[in-house]
Amino acid sequence: MMIKKENLIWIAIKTGLLSGVIAIFLCLIGMVEVFSKRDVIEHIITLGDFILLVSAVSAGVIAARAASNPDQEKQPLKNYLAGALAGLTTGILIVAFIGLSQTINLRSVFLSASPSLFKLLTFKGGTSWFWIYPAIGLASGVLGTTLFLLPEKFRQPITRAISITFLMALFSGLFRVIMINRAGSTAKLAKYLFGQTGLTLSGAIIFFIAIIVISMFWSARSKNLQEGFSRIPKRGQTSIRVAVYVLLAYVVIMLPQVSGPFIAQVVVIVSLYALMGLGLNITLGFAGLLDLGFVAFFAVGAYTVGLLTSYGIFGLQHIPFWVAVPIAVLVAMMFGAFLGLPVLGVRGDYLAIATLGFGEIVRLLAGSDFLAPFFGGPQGIIGIQKPCLGTLGEFLKVDVPRICNGIEFGGPKEIYYLAVASAILVAFIALRLQKSRLGRAWMAIREDEDVAEALGINLIQTKLLAYMLGAAFAGLGGAIFTVLVGSIFATSMQLIVSINVVALIIVGGMGSIPGVIVGAIALIGMPELLREVSEYRFLFYGAALIMMMLAKPEGLWPSQATLRELHHEDPGEDLEVASSQAKA
Amino acid sequence: MRTSFGERLLDLAVNGFLWGFRILIVVIVVLGTFLTIRAGKYTSEQWIDFVVFGISQGSIYALIALGYTMVYGILRMINFAHGEIFMSGAFGGYFIATWLTGIGFMDKYPVFGLIISMMFGMLVSTLIALLVERIAYRPLRGAPRLVPLISAIGASFFLQYTFRGFFGPGVYAYPSMKALDGEWIFFGIGILKVQIVVTIAAVVMMSILYSIVMFTKIGKAMRAVSENKDVAALMGIDVNRIIVTTFALGAAMAGAAGVLYALTYRQVNFFTGFTPGIKAFTAAVLGGIGNIPGAMVGGLVLGIVESVGPALFLDSIGIPRPYQLKDAIAYIMLVMILLFRPSGILGERVSKKA
Repeated sequence: MMIKKENLIWIAIKTGLLSGVIAIFLCLIGMVEVFSKRDVIEHIITLGDFILLVSAVSAGVIAARAASNPDQEKQPLKNYLAGALAGLTTGILIVAFIGLSQTINLRSVFLSASPSLFKLLTFKGGTSWFWIYPAIGLASGVLGTTLFLLPEKFRQPITRAISITFLMALFSGLFRVIMINRAGSTAKLAKYLFGQTGLTLSGAIIFFIAIIVISMFWSARSKNLQEGFSRIPKRGQTSIRVAVYVLLAYVVIMLPQVSGPFIAQVVVIVSLYALMGLGLNITLGFAGLLDLGFVAFFAVGAYTVGLLTSYGIFGLQHIPFWVAVPIAVLVAMMFGAFLGLPVLGVRGDYLAIATLGFGEIVRLLAGSDFLAPFFGGPQGIIGIQKPCLGTLGEFLKVDVPRICNGIEFGGPKEIYYLAVASAILVAFIALRLQKSRLGRAWMAIREDEDVAEALGINLIQTKLLAYMLGAAFAGLGGAIFTVLVGSIFATSMQLIVSINVVALIIVGGMGSIPGVIVGAIALIGMPELLREVSEYRFLFYGAALIMMMLAKPEGLWPSQATLRELHHEDPGEDLEVASSQAKA
Repeated sequence: MRTSFGERLLDLAVNGFLWGFRILIVVIVVLGTFLTIRAGKYTSEQWIDFVVFGISQGSIYALIALGYTMVYGILRMINFAHGEIFMSGAFGGYFIATWLTGIGFMDKYPVFGLIISMMFGMLVSTLIALLVERIAYRPLRGAPRLVPLISAIGASFFLQYTFRGFFGPGVYAYPSMKALDGEWIFFGIGILKVQIVVTIAAVVMMSILYSIVMFTKIGKAMRAVSENKDVAALMGIDVNRIIVTTFALGAAMAGAAGVLYALTYRQVNFFTGFTPGIKAFTAAVLGGIGNIPGAMVGGLVLGIVESVGPALFLDSIGIPRPYQLKDAIAYIMLVMILLFRPSGILGERVSKKA
């Protein structure tokens, strides 16, 4: 396959058009405007500018790659031509978009095509945008091509430095808060590196250079370091590992003290989702049963704890949290069996929809007037007792919270420990389960139900256990969520919770326990920390799910089994795909 | 074959539970119906209203279900984003209808106005469906089954929140058409004009689709591909083109349904597509997935049960405000079909094979 010259130009223009359309799309959904309120580098580049720039630069990279596609040979002239053309097209398309917006009123259809967006895009009025965008586009295209042409040795540190500096900028608020809380020189350093939102120019440069240096040093030395580590005697290795764990534990324990309640709350939510993710990972990741109604078990756990400990009108109130949690987990397990039974024979896509129906039924019932005498209906359950380590004070009267003589887990800073400890416990259980006989039976079912049955695995028992254990974890998550918030409403048991959990498992890597934790941090933690982004989190979820499936269906931190399954498909299937593609 | 006592006990318990579940549902339905009819709380006119509403609602479900069923028939995949494609049709119809009302065309030629807004809704949703197919589904053909399903869930969310970004979280009120206000009287019974128009339009669309599938060359090719992709390819059918056509046809039906749905409820929102999407899938399963007449029957049955059900089954057995549980009835029906007759009313394929 040789790419001819005119073909090359067409590919470059096509790439440019595509990235231009993406840039316009980002403008029209209002992302550019919202993101422009936040700086990446203070007073220089906002997040809005950054995403537009990224689309132009990546157009350059893609076009340059396409230009030297046939033989992977780099021909700088051709590559630069393609990259520059792609960048230029992107710029021209944005100019066309702005021009269009000045002739017709896009606002009548697109809500986000507001005057303030165009004020932003045209640099507060004037006509300079007419040449600035093509110029920036051209420059970004050239930049992208240069990135592509750089030898691997330099390209990797630079891309890594850009992305890490960008992440530092995104989370600068977090670092700033932590560092400023420490008085003295740390606070001064924080003010030097971090602006109000984003990095300062000097901070960005420092990070950028530091990461390049570290990364180049690392790629040169990492092999030596690993070898050095393996040369240390066994006892030495163990003690290094122990030291690392102790350090990690120290960081985990000290974090809420240093960072304040907001960060603690975010960690609690991440741990809760990790908990539920580990639960669904049993049902979906191990046993391959796609459950889209996972929120039902979360709801059962939450309502059980709520009903048992609340001092509101629906509560029993005399049961302490520590007794209520095991009950909630048990009830959730029973519920898992109850919902699992009818769908035992249902497989695949049908199961997804049937369980989705279950989730909705639970939400509708909990919020209905029919069951309102028990579950409070739309009013929900309020006044849930906080967990208390120590004795509870005198039983005064109904509708009055009891006093805790001891440590009360009142706010996110205390519940943090509860949540993190539960997550670690559950991760440990999941890890043990995975390697047990039961875990292997689940995986056998995932691979092929009929063969598994033929091998003597009791399908009913094994599947039911998968549902029940998954439900138990979700119930625990619900229980902790309840005491964190202090109230339950049926409206918070939306399908979106289930989708969140599914998404984090998929992104992290199905069937992989570290993957679940990575997924929870990436999908739940990041949007919680980034207020500007949280408005678009579900858009990101959707895009992330599609892109993961297209590019990396095994997830960020895959388990070995999925890797094998996805990358060594049987040849017959490959042939089929090839033939259908040949037809196309 | 050695089975331990415990295993047999488990089997027994499972079967007992399932039968108990079935019997419970039957008892609720029979008892509820009996008590309601004896109590005579609703007049016959009210019942007719329920049924007519159910038919118009059900015909919308049937239109959406067609898209699910056709795509499933060919690709064996649930197009989870189909509900969002339906919603995009409703939005497309909204903008064109608002514009037509604004320039006074809608009041002068209501029939043409309706047809134009339906055409435009169909166009919008077809374009979006083709885009989704190209980006999110086509590269994943031949991948393990879970992969395209998850991609479809992603596409569904992406579309929902794209529309939210475009048009905001608010509810758009559909312009009212004077020609559709009020009732027509048949045999002394007043029936809302909107419901009649919606039903007729849906039936027309379904018959167009049915004749395309049954009597045209491309329809024949579609049936061939859904029967066996490889053999169809050997017969010289361009499988890829047929798949794209199927998506386009299904999306066009969903777009038309979106406009009709918006006419009935007079509002559009970025979340509009979710519930009807799930229900239409229920309808497709009810009728037997992969089966085109099945989707139509399933849609009608679901619409009627959903509209009659709360009053007929639940009201008299002491459930306050049974209409809150209208959606729950649809979901319970879905689970019941999977339990009682996984192949659906008209279907032959068995869901256990899925």
